[in-house]
Amino acid sequence: MNNIVLSTKGLTKHFGALSASKNITLDLRVGEIHAIIGPNGAGKSTFISQVCGSIKPDNGTVHFLGRDVTQETVRDRAQAGLARSFQISALAMEDSVLQNALLGALGASRNPWRFLSPALGNKMLVEQAKHALDRVGLSDHANKRASELSHGQRRQLEVGIALTLSPKAFVMDEPMAGLGFEGSMKMTSFLNRLRQEAPILLVEHDMEAVFALADRISVLVYGEVIATGTVEEIRADPYVRDAYLGEEL
Amino acid sequence: MMREYYLNTIILGIFIIIPIWAFIMDEPFTITLMTRAAIFALAAVGLNIALGLGGLVSLGHATFFGIGGYSMGILAYHAQTFTPLMEWPILVSGSKLMPLIWINAVIMSAVAGLLIGILSLRTSGVYFIMITLAFGQMFFFFSISWSAYGGEDGLSIYIRNSFPGLNTLVPIHYYTLCITLLCAVLWINSRLIKSPFGIALNAARQVPARVETVGLNPVRLKLAAFIMSGTVTGLAGALFADLNRFVSPTMFSWQTSGEIMVFVIIGGVGRLFGPVVGALVFVALEHWLGGLSDFWHIYLGLLLLGIVLFGRGGLIGMICGEARLHE
Ligand SMILES: Nc1ncnc2c1ncn2[C@@H]1O[C@H](COP(=O)(O)OP(=O)(O)O)[C@@H](O)[C@H]1O
Ligand SMILES: [Mg+2]
Repeated sequence: MNNIVLSTKGLTKHFGALSASKNITLDLRVGEIHAIIGPNGAGKSTFISQVCGSIKPDNGTVHFLGRDVTQETVRDRAQAGLARSFQISALAMEDSVLQNALLGALGASRNPWRFLSPALGNKMLVEQAKHALDRVGLSDHANKRASELSHGQRRQLEVGIALTLSPKAFVMDEPMAGLGFEGSMKMTSFLNRLRQEAPILLVEHDMEAVFALADRISVLVYGEVIATGTVEEIRADPYVRDAYLGEEL
Repeated sequence: MMREYYLNTIILGIFIIIPIWAFIMDEPFTITLMTRAAIFALAAVGLNIALGLGGLVSLGHATFFGIGGYSMGILAYHAQTFTPLMEWPILVSGSKLMPLIWINAVIMSAVAGLLIGILSLRTSGVYFIMITLAFGQMFFFFSISWSAYGGEDGLSIYIRNSFPGLNTLVPIHYYTLCITLLCAVLWINSRLIKSPFGIALNAARQVPARVETVGLNPVRLKLAAFIMSGTVTGLAGALFADLNRFVSPTMFSWQTSGEIMVFVIIGGVGRLFGPVVGALVFVALEHWLGGLSDFWHIYLGLLLLGIVLFGRGGLIGMICGEARLHE
């Protein structure tokens, strides 16, 4: 199928006796937001890591843009256009917000081998970085140290760095955690527009955001996808309500 | 808190005013001390590229210092004994020309940096420290057993090597060469920190996972830093050997690696002038306290202890506070 950007087939991963991923098969299609929900410890982050290449699956495959990338490194996949934002912020804390965004722009340019010219003097890189910061609402904080950002702002910077890559697909691990009500609202409407640029595989705890955004939802419990469907289907699924959503809906 | 820029200017001023004063007062020994400080500073500026920017705790930088030293020693030895360095496949003779010796020191250090870096960067943390230390020890014992070049006794070079247009035997002339090289490397370093490479390397030190996710290779960035770092320390080694007109396995010893690291830590890891301050303080203490007691290293140890415990950013950090962004 031509409209599938990213897909996994039978992805399986064990940590000792624990099966963190059991035979996970799902895909991400052009223009969509595919949300993955599930309780803590269900294996969402482990799944994301396998998609992005930082954890190798015991079994199964990952296809990206029609190519089997299972054996490729994180770097290969990033260069092919897969952009990840981490659940636990992976930022250069001693550096400025702008420098963090510049790193993304540098990655996109694929050429960090420039030794004597100041990065801040490179108009193209700086424009790209500032544009991304602007889009996630961090323009006013560009000259702050990343360590000075609030938890929520760090999540925004994570997404900002992903934007600098102009990727073919986004993979986001809980980008709204710690954003607060207003922040979540803003991020929700931002992601809503972002899906036109590239589809988003979205792990998120904030159910309100998920139900507002997702075209499809997969529910992960104990490493297993117990259901995939539209928001209505998932809301109505008695098994899902029982296993995960509980009484809250 | 003083701006780092002002402090750096003051330090540079010290390196200019004291030698001029010593020249006017006819105190050649003071000039030689300042030359020693400048060369140590250069060696430590080299280490600081790996340690401060790349986060690579190398306890083997004596390897480069020694390679630089022996580059000078071997080339000058063949020149002064009128024996060829190599006859096959092409005839290579020794040289007493500093620029040639420096280029040789830099190239040899780069090759060593590449090989050592490729192997050591497969590890990190304590293992990285141990591997770099082990390489240093390998070179140390090799130089001891290399009888063609003096073995344990080292090599004496009778006349300091030459530089076109200068009389290198005059202390102020040789000092001028050394301080010019130090300034040039500091200038390059100041650009390097702000360059795209510097930003990527900085991030590779802090969050390699992030660097990978934007499609860059953190290990390759660190390898480049390690090689650059080695070439600078290697150049310093060649200058040091020429200052003493003598090279011996001591230059390869782990104590030398340790001292270079101490310079960086005293002055401030990752600070542009950190290694310069460290080397200056070291040479000053060595001179003053060394005259009072053979055990002056105890006081150096106390200073180091104080700095590590109370001033995480070294002396520069204590005076100027945290490094500023975008400067
Ligand atoms: N590197 C690892 N080694 C061992 N167990 C791990 C590792 N990473 C995650 N786990 C375990 O795998 C399970 C899934 O974790 P994770 O993917 O982080 O869940 P989620 O993101 O859904 O909260 C948890 O039980 C966790 O403790
Ligand atoms: Mg998680």
